[in-house]
This record gives sequence, C-alpha cells and structure tokens, in this order.
Amino acid sequence: MIAELGHFALILGMFIAITQSIIPMVGAHRGNQAWIDSCVPTALVQFALAMIAFASLTYLYIVSDFSVLNVYQNSHTDKPMLYKISGVWGNHEGSLLLWVVILGAFGAAVAVMGRNLPPALRARVLSVQAMIAVGFYLFMLLTSNPFDRLIPAPLNGSDLNPLLQDPGLAFHPPMLYLGYVGFSMAFSFAIAALIEGRVDAAWARWVRPWTLAAWLFLTGGIVLGSWWAYYELGWGGWWFWDPVENASFMPWLAGTALLHSATVVEKRDTLKGWTVLLAIVTFSLSLLGTFLVRSGVLTSVHAFATDPARGLYILIMLIVVIGGSLALFAWRGPQLKSTGVFRPISREGALLFNNLVMTTAAAAVLLGTLYPLFIDAVGGGKISVGPPFFNAVFLPLMIPMIMAMAVGPLLNWKRSDLKPALTRLWAAFLATTVIIGITLYAYSDAPVFAVIGMGIAAWLGVGTLVELAERIKLFRVSGAESVRRFLRIPRATWGMTFAHFGMAVAIAGMSGAGGWKVESIQVMSPGESVLVSGYEYTFKGVTTGNGPNYSYTSSVFTVAKDGKEIATLHPEKRTYNVSQRPTTEAAIHTLFTGDLYAVIGDRDPQVPGGYVTRLYFNPLVAWMWVGTIIMILGSLISLSDRRHRVGAPKRHRQQAAAMA
Amino acid sequence: MKRKHKRLTFVAIALALLGAAAALMLNAFEDNIVFFYSPTELATKQVTPKQRLRIGGLVVEDSIEKPGEAVTTFDVTDNTNILKVSFMGILPDLFREGQGVVAEGHLIDGVFQADEVLAKHDENYMPPEVAEALKKSGDWKETDGKEGTAK
Repeated sequence: MIAELGHFALILGMFIAITQSIIPMVGAHRGNQAWIDSCVPTALVQFALAMIAFASLTYLYIVSDFSVLNVYQNSHTDKPMLYKISGVWGNHEGSLLLWVVILGAFGAAVAVMGRNLPPALRARVLSVQAMIAVGFYLFMLLTSNPFDRLIPAPLNGSDLNPLLQDPGLAFHPPMLYLGYVGFSMAFSFAIAALIEGRVDAAWARWVRPWTLAAWLFLTGGIVLGSWWAYYELGWGGWWFWDPVENASFMPWLAGTALLHSATVVEKRDTLKGWTVLLAIVTFSLSLLGTFLVRSGVLTSVHAFATDPARGLYILIMLIVVIGGSLALFAWRGPQLKSTGVFRPISREGALLFNNLVMTTAAAAVLLGTLYPLFIDAVGGGKISVGPPFFNAVFLPLMIPMIMAMAVGPLLNWKRSDLKPALTRLWAAFLATTVIIGITLYAYSDAPVFAVIGMGIAAWLGVGTLVELAERIKLFRVSGAESVRRFLRIPRATWGMTFAHFGMAVAIAGMSGAGGWKVESIQVMSPGESVLVSGYEYTFKGVTTGNGPNYSYTSSVFTVAKDGKEIATLHPEKRTYNVSQRPTTEAAIHTLFTGDLYAVIGDRDPQVPGGYVTRLYFNPLVAWMWVGTIIMILGSLISLSDRRHRVGAPKRHRQQAAAMA
Repeated sequence: MKRKHKRLTFVAIALALLGAAAALMLNAFEDNIVFFYSPTELATKQVTPKQRLRIGGLVVEDSIEKPGEAVTTFDVTDNTNILKVSFMGILPDLFREGQGVVAEGHLIDGVFQADEVLAKHDENYMPPEVAEALKKSGDWKETDGKEGTAK
C-alpha cells in the first residue's frame, strides 16, 4: 500500500513538473500574471509529492518490507537502523529519488524565498528546474522504479553492500547530490537570463549564494568520499584519479570557476556571458558525472553493477540538456552586454586567470577520463588512463594558479600594478624559500612535486595571511585601529580568507601524503615487529567475535617510537553474515605529522599464527581533512554574510528607497 | 589599453594555457597510457617487461596459491588461454575464484607481475573489458552481466 502510494506520488509529481515547466514559461513570455504566479504552488506541490515518495521508500526500508524489490535487494532485518535509512539512497533507484527530492527542495526554496525576484525571472527559473525534474521523474518511472514489487515476498533481504555500511558513506551520496543538484540552480538562472537576455548585479547576487552552497556540499561530498576510500578500502590511498572520482571533481573545478566569475558579475558588471556559460558547463558536468557513475561505461575501482539501458537514457538526456543550453547560449549569449572594463593586471584579471586555469584543468580531466572511450570507439584497443597521466597534466596547471591565488586578492579592481602586490608578499617569498630549503635538506630524494607542493602551500598560506594583515593595516596604524578594522571585515571576505588558507593547508597535506608515504607489506606472526618510517609496529595477535550483522577478526598492533609506546591499533577484517562478503577496516591513529595506518589481511598458512599485514605511515593526511574543513567553514561564514543572504537584494532596495 | 587589446590579452593567455595543457597531455599520453589485453591477446602480442599493461579475465577455480611471503599467484582465463598472475600484498576483499578481475603490472618471463589488482565495490560488477574479452572468446552468458542489472 505504502509502495503504491509512493509510486503514485512519483507519477503525480511528474505531471505537476510537466505543468510547472510549461505554464510559467509561457506565462512569462506572454505577460500573463496568473500563469506566472502558478510557478509557486506547482513548485511546492511537486516538492511535497517527491517528499511523499521519499518518505514512503524510507518507511518501507524501516519496516523492512521485502515485497518491494528495492528493499529486498538492499536491506536486511538485522541491519543497524542508520544503514537501513542510508540504504534508501545507497542504491541506484533510491539515489535518483534523492536527486528529485533535492531538486524539488531547491525549487521550493526559490518559490518561497524568491518573492523579491522579478516575477518573470522566478517563473522562468522554476520552469527550467521543472524541466530537469521531468527528465529525472521519467528516468525513474521508465527504467528504475524504486517501488517495483517482488511477489512472493522473500523472508529476508539480501543486505546492503557491506562497503556502504559505513557512516562516511551514509552521508557521502546526499552531500554529493546536494552539490550536483545545487548547481542546477545556477543553471536554471543562467537559462532564464539567456531567455530574458539580461544579466545584472541582482542576478549575480542571487546566483552566488546558491553556487556557494552547492560548492560547499560538493566539496564536503568529495572529501567524505575520499576519506571513506582512505579508511575503508584499506589501500592507504585517498585519491586514485578514477573515472568515478573525476566525475565529481570536474563539476567542482568548473563550480569553483563559476563562484569566482559570479563575484565579478556582481561587483563589476562584466564577464556576464562567460559566467552564464560556466553555469551551463558546471551543471552539464554534474549530469555527466551522474552518467559516468550510473552507466558503467568506464572501468572504475569504485564501480557498482550497472545497466546499459539506463546509461542510454542519461546519455540522451545529457545530449538534450547540454546541446539545448549551448544552442540557446550561442543564440542569445551575444545579447548579454557587459559594462565594466578592466586591465589584465587587476582583480578581475586575476579572477579571470583563475577561471581559465580551472576550466582548462577541468577540460584536461574530462579528456583523460573519456579518452579510453574515444580510443575504443575508433578501434584503437582497450586502454586505461591512470594517475600518472593526471598527475603529469593537472599538477603543472595548478602551480601558476595557486601562485596567482595569493596575488589576486592584493590587486585592486579595474586596474592595478603587480609590483606593489609582489613587494607586499615578501613574507610569503621568505616562507616559500625556507620551506623548500628545509624540505630539500631533510629529504634530498623527495619527489619534485611534493617539494613544489610544500613550497606553494607555504606561499598561499602566508600570502593569504599577508592579505589579511594588509586589510587591517597591521603595524601601520595603531593596534586599536587594526582591531577595529579586523572586526569590520565583511563575512564574504572572511570566507575568501578561510577558503584560501584552508586550500593551502590541504595542499600541504596532499603533497606530504603523496610524496612521503611509506608502505610495508609482509607476513607477521604474533610478537613480531616491523619498522615503518621510524615507527615500530608490533603485531600482538588476533581475536574473533561477532558484530550486529557480521563476524570479525580483530587484531592488535602496538606502535612505538624511540622505544616509547604511542598507540594501539585494532585493524579488523569483517565478514557480513548475509552476503558473506568480507570488508577491511583499517586502523588509523592520527598524529600531527601523519597517520599510523594498519590493515590486516588473510592468514598465511605457511607461518604459524601468521597474517599478511599492510602497514603505512601516511604523512600529513589529516592536514587534508582539516584544510577542507577550514574551506567549508569559510563558505559557511560567507553564506552568513548579510549581503549574500538570500533575499538581501530586496532589503538593499528598500534601504535605498528609504534613504531617497 | 583599449577594450579590444584587453580582450586579445586574455585570448592570448587562454591560448597559451590550452597550448601548455595540450603539450602536457600529449606528453603524458605517450608515457602513461596502459593497454588492456585478454590472455589470448597477450599470447599473440610481443610485449617487453618494461611495458605497463592491464590484463583481465576470470580467476580460474582452485588456482590460488600462496608460494611466498604475502605473495599470491592465480590464473586468469578468458576461457581460451590462461595467464599466470603473481601479486604481492593484500588482495581486494571481493577477489574470488571464478569471478572477473582486472590487474595492472608487467609481463615478465610469461608471468604477469601485478602491482595492482582492481577492487570492486560490488560482487555483481563485471569490468567491461573482461565482459568483452569473454564475449570475444565466445563464452559469455548473458546472465553473467544481467545479474547486476537489479542493483
């Protein structure tokens, strides 16, 4: 009954979405107020219906109704409640439902909070949103209905993939989707602007917070996924340049560019066409990401079973969305007139430089990711493009950009001079030189990219602090005056400072983890010790036991440095009762300088009590997570800025009117 | 500077960036592309031990052995030819006999020395290359792939 209710809500939701995509658009074109206003109730009802469908599926999971195919395939009565709920989106059908719910939520948010938007613009935006929603509703109903029945109902389910029964991965898909779908807002605004032929500061003030929110979630989603891969897969790695990872990284690169160019539109009324194009590209890459993950056209280490028919549907949708929006851009784009002019050496220039590098990098990642498909299509054989390719292309591109990241904020809008900016960065020069010197002295055989990475991390980190010091005129005015200036820094600016500084910390982490990882694989029997990068790991033995829905072999390692014991690690191997699938639970102890990381493997039959073990010292890994947290914190601070809070444009106008 | 000149500057920067990216890519493609071969294809190809390869197929039943410290060897087949693979380390959790596998490494003296065995997150997943290699050797049952469609 509940399943039918959910299914019915989906069908009804699709028809509401069809209405919502046509009536307001036509109304805005004809100037029919009633038709324009219809966008609000339709958006709200559509969201409510998607929520009903989602709630139904969640209910089915909670009560373990195995007469529903989707629940049978991904759940089990013994599963902990958290994973019963996360199981809702831990599979293909449910994740699409989540897509639609989030899309509906964003639409409802525009409907409710967008009262101060020009009514025609709001109608068009919601109409475009609904068109995307129709695509997904149809996709679900045609190829992946989460409410399909299974008759007769089995006694118990076949359980969720054990790898997904993990807190990190419970929240990874929703975060990622909030990011992907969040960019649909920028996309809808871009399409609406193209139809209207107008982009202004008010438009940018609307697009920016939405883009920032999407960026925040996407960043969080990517990092959660990376963190999960790091501790759950037990390979000690955190980024593999795998197609599925690239799929989420490309929209991130484009979205970062969009975030910066939207600032220029808002502040300087220029780069309009470019920003609109970026909005289209960013969302297109989000759709492409969904396609790559869900179609299985590329071999991925993270691949889940897939269905070609679904891939074909998404491919068609991709062609319609990308082709249609780019055609619209080609037709209407030239009408978007920019008024602001600027010189190459200026804040705008630096932001544009950022944009160019980010998009070039995104294009390079795209090409590398899709290259195996091209080669296969032209009969060139099966190939794969791995991490060495991406490192060789991506990393050199990032170096000039990160150098520019420290300089850009010190430049003035419109026209500026490079020399005074660079002079002010003397402290950053110094820090970079010292860090590179120390690194080379301590590790003469260090990989060149790790050394450069540490150097530019220092450059960016100190450069960001220099900009902050400049802003409060530190040491140039009285201390009290500096404090006063410090307190008056707008939150949006704090957002930039935090994000750039967090990036610097993360780069240091990536360089450290990439450059100086030490790995040791061996068979160990109880009592045996191995020295890894100066840390002595001693294997103490194993114990076995049972978890809620799995049995485990847990082991004990002690780690000592200079004879002093500093940590005890308990890596586990679990076998899940229902699926009989094993998983590896790495044990990690985080130190300031790096992570102690241990994995236990299979028994070695030849050595009494011997187990294969994999021990790592992963330097500075925690810095990556901390750096990203700082970046996310920065976006939150920026989002809380009154100027960028949704609805701010109205207040501004009222204030202006009151003053006049 | 005139508006036109300003624009030209950015076009020049963009072109320079694209050029640099293209150069980097061509250079990287040359060195870092890894070809995939099935055991049958590998038997007919001349490959040097230096060449990095990917191979794939089904893990032959009862072929897994542990000859040395943390070393596992197993046979991979496309049901026409068999290739011996040796791997040091901990195999992925979902590595099983009779299932599809993809490994990356070097062919040395007829034995494939893998330094990476691709893990799957889902036991119903069949790497597309393996599916195709099996299809080529005429031993592909539609059910093998269909199992996964439900996911």
